[in-house]
Amino acid sequence: MRDSIEDIEIELLLEGLYQRYHYDFRHYARASIKRRLLQARSQMGFASFSALQERLLHDPSTPPRLLNYLTVQVSEMFRDPSYFRALREKVIPHLRTYPSLKVWVAGCSHGEELYSLSILFREEGLDQRTLFYATDINPDALKAAEAGVYPLDRIRKFTENHQKSGARTSLSEYYTADYGRAVFDKSLRSQVVFSDHSLVTDAVFAEMHLISCRNVLIYFDRTLQDRAIGLFRDSLARKGFLGLGSKESLRFSKHASSFTDFDRDEKIYQGQEP
Amino acid sequence: MTRKAIEAVVIGASAGAVQALLKILPAMPADFPLPVLIVVHVPPDRDNALVPLFQSKCQLAVKEAEDKEIIAPGTVYFAPADYHLLVEDDGSLALSSDEQVNHSRPAIDVLLESAADAFGSALAGIILTGANHDGASGLRAVADAGGIAMVENPGEAEVPTMPAAALAACPKALTVRLDDIASTLTRLATA
Repeated sequence: MRDSIEDIEIELLLEGLYQRYHYDFRHYARASIKRRLLQARSQMGFASFSALQERLLHDPSTPPRLLNYLTVQVSEMFRDPSYFRALREKVIPHLRTYPSLKVWVAGCSHGEELYSLSILFREEGLDQRTLFYATDINPDALKAAEAGVYPLDRIRKFTENHQKSGARTSLSEYYTADYGRAVFDKSLRSQVVFSDHSLVTDAVFAEMHLISCRNVLIYFDRTLQDRAIGLFRDSLARKGFLGLGSKESLRFSKHASSFTDFDRDEKIYQGQEP
Repeated sequence: MTRKAIEAVVIGASAGAVQALLKILPAMPADFPLPVLIVVHVPPDRDNALVPLFQSKCQLAVKEAEDKEIIAPGTVYFAPADYHLLVEDDGSLALSSDEQVNHSRPAIDVLLESAADAFGSALAGIILTGANHDGASGLRAVADAGGIAMVENPGEAEVPTMPAAALAACPKALTVRLDDIASTLTRLATA
């Protein structure tokens, strides 16, 4: 329960992480962050969160390690294929009408979603006019996203998902197999800007036609969700699109009236005209 | 230590889950006052068939758990496919797409451990039939927090591995016959 010593320690640890390094997890959904912190504490070999905090405050090599426990998400390429099918069949026809496009993958983690979108936009012939922004707060995750290398044993699932998304090509056209790894073609990231950006503390940086931010908001409390959704609203071009995770919605957000349901089942929203 | 009244029930089930839950949930009375949170191992495709199945057979309200939803009494919540289900201290539900635990998402341990944290001794946890060890450390957490830990009698379970593993991890758990679980819960809820 919230008044246990451990919960007090967690509160203090998150406060310390923020004050010392400006990584702000104070408004993350607590049950999940606690689970991740327990895992970090045990795998990093600390007897208590207080001991971990002591190291964290005094040794700058500790926060990157902790960050990898707190932020890294294992995803799949074309996770929820029906979402990508909806983008392909319903959103792309709108995007086609623009001479140039900006797409933001917010919380890109290891890049699975980014490469999925990059492939989809190439299949639909929009890649040359699209600039992608892939952002995350974790520098190691950004490096992994930029590298675009995944274990080969994950490719079967990626391929299956890609096919279900209405693929026009074969996924094998986009990677080369090398010592148990799939190395994705660097042309897929020739129009990608990788950048350190926090939905918690940073501001609008460009005007987007599509923002895809899936399974990120579920980790935020309501206050933080409202901040992030407000940021998305302010970042969208007129009638731009926002895609969320299959179990996320704008229903309870104070910004809900700024969006309309574009595809209710796939959690794709469209910015309202002001 | 005086026991606090039970405020919530958590259930984990895997192989054989539907048959076992059919013996429990439809037998629970319409005025059952507690929320019932359930993780069943289901394949990660998007349509969870459990909700419509049990909606048609139960007197209690049955729904899929939603992120940030406030837990309501007398309601059965199933974890959605491909997401972990957790309980927050403020009595709301949370979902996560963190990696699999015990090769499962949703995982029973994730629900039971977070519920034990949120409800403390005011929780009853039950492990039903299943072919793996998920839920064993979760049930231990329920008992360690002072809650009531139960397993379906492994001798009668369709697949005994999971309740047996939970009992091994949590020896003070009560072994209950499947046919008696609904009435045991009803008695606990009104005690």
